Amino acid sequence: MPYKWDFSAVLQYWDLFAWGLWLTFAYTVGSIIIGVVLGLLLCFGRLSRFRVISGLARAYQEVFRCTPLLVQLMWFYYALPLLIGVTIENYVAAMLTLSLYAGSFYSEIFRGGILSIDKGQTEAAKAIAMSDRQVMWRIVIPQAFKRVLPSFINQSVIQFKNTSLISVISVGELAYMAAVVNGQTYRPLEAFTVVALLYFVVLFPMTQAADYVEHRMRVSD
Amino acid sequence: MTDQPGTAAEPILTVRGLEKSYNKLRVIQGVDLDLHRGEVLAIIGPSGSGKSTLIRCLNLLETPTAGEIAYKGRRVENRFQSRGGNIGCGELRRHVGMVFQHFNLFPHKTVMQNICEGPIAVLKEPREEVEARAMELLGKVGLLDKRDAYPNHLSGGQKQRVAIARALAMRPDVLLLDEVTSALDPELVGEVLQVIRLLAHDGMTMAIVTHEMAFAADVADRVAFIDGGVIAELGTADSVIRNPKSERLQAFLSRFNA
Repeated sequence: MPYKWDFSAVLQYWDLFAWGLWLTFAYTVGSIIIGVVLGLLLCFGRLSRFRVISGLARAYQEVFRCTPLLVQLMWFYYALPLLIGVTIENYVAAMLTLSLYAGSFYSEIFRGGILSIDKGQTEAAKAIAMSDRQVMWRIVIPQAFKRVLPSFINQSVIQFKNTSLISVISVGELAYMAAVVNGQTYRPLEAFTVVALLYFVVLFPMTQAADYVEHRMRVSD
Repeated sequence: MTDQPGTAAEPILTVRGLEKSYNKLRVIQGVDLDLHRGEVLAIIGPSGSGKSTLIRCLNLLETPTAGEIAYKGRRVENRFQSRGGNIGCGELRRHVGMVFQHFNLFPHKTVMQNICEGPIAVLKEPREEVEARAMELLGKVGLLDKRDAYPNHLSGGQKQRVAIARALAMRPDVLLLDEVTSALDPELVGEVLQVIRLLAHDGMTMAIVTHEMAFAADVADRVAFIDGGVIAELGTADSVIRNPKSERLQAFLSRFNA
C-alpha cells in the first residue's frame, strides 16, 4: 500500500518549527560574525612574521579543521566541564564550538584570498607611500574580498546547515524540532520533509543572491 | 632651476657603496650615484645586470644589504617613520615616485580613483583639490575621457599613462621608471615615451631603466651602463651610447642598432 502523506498533524506544530528556524538563524548569524572576526585574527596570525604567532594560529586551524564538528560539540559540552570544573550551558557550548569551527575555515579562505593578490599591488601601494596597514586595508583586502566571496558564501551555507548538529546537545534549533514533532506525531517522513524544505527555502534564495552580488561586483573586471 | 640658493649643487639623491645580495647572489656590488635636480638619468644594461634592483633600492622597495642612500642630504633609513634628521621610507616615497613595468594599477578602482588614492589617503589633501589636479594630469597624458574607466578596460599604453599620472599626483621630486615600456605592444610604446619626453621637457627629475636606446640617447642627460652589478660606464648620452668605450658596452649596444 502506498504511503499516505498527511502533513496536517505535523503542521499543527508550526510554532515549534518557527522557533527552531529562528534559533537556527540566530546560531548561524552569531557564529558567522564571531567566526569572521576569529578568522581575520587567525589569518593575520598565519601571515605574521613572528613564528610563534603563525605557529599558534596554524595549530588552532588544524585542530578545528581536522576533527569533526560533532565531536567538538560533545567535547566542549561534556568533556571540557570535567577539565575546568565549570558547567557549560548547552547554548554556550553550541555557539562557542560553531564559532571556533567557522573561524578555522574562514581564516584559510581569507588567507588564500590575501595571498592571491599580485605582489605588484602591494608594491604600487607602497610606492605612493602607504603604510603597511593602508596597503592591507585599502588595496589588498578589498581585492581579496571580491575574490573570496564565493568561497565565503559557500562556507556560510555549510555553516547554516551545520547548526543542525547542535541538536545533539539539545539545543532546540530546526533539526531538533523535527525530532520533537516526530515524537509527538509519529510522522517522521512529514516532519523531516518540512524541515528539509525549510532549510532549502532559506538557503536557495541566499545562494542566488550571492551569485547576483558576485556578478555585480565584476564591473571592474 | 628652482633650487634654493646654496643648495643648487646638492644632489636630490645620493647613493654611496650600495650593495644588494639575495643569499649568496650579489646583484648590486657597490654603486655610487648622484641624481641632480632636473636631471634625467637613463640606466641601461643587459638582463640580470641589476638595473631594476638598483632603481628599486632608490625608494626602498628593495632593502639594500649595505651602503647609504640620502635624499636631499638626509640619510634614508630602513624603517617607515622618519626619525631625527634621517628620513624613513614612508616620507621618502612621498617625494620619490615610481612607475612599474607591469603598471600595477589598482583594478578595483577607476582611473580617477587610482590617481587620487595617494594624495587623499596618504597626503590627506582635500578631495576637490586632488581631483582638479587629477583632471589636469589626465589631460596631460591624454586620457580625460577615461576618468571613470576601470584599468582592465584600458590598453597597455593607456594603463601606463594612468600609472604615470598616479605617480605624478603625489607631486614627487623624483620619478623612478622601471622598464615602463617593456610590457607594451610595440605600437603602444610611442605614446608612453611621448609622455616621458614631456616630463623631461618640464624639468622632472627622473631615473629611467630602459631598453629603448634611441629614446635614452635622446632624452637622458646622463646614461649609466650597469654590468655585473656595478656601474661600468657613466656619462653623457653622447659618450656612453654614441661613443661607448668598453667592449662589453659596444657588444651590448650593437644588439640595438641605436
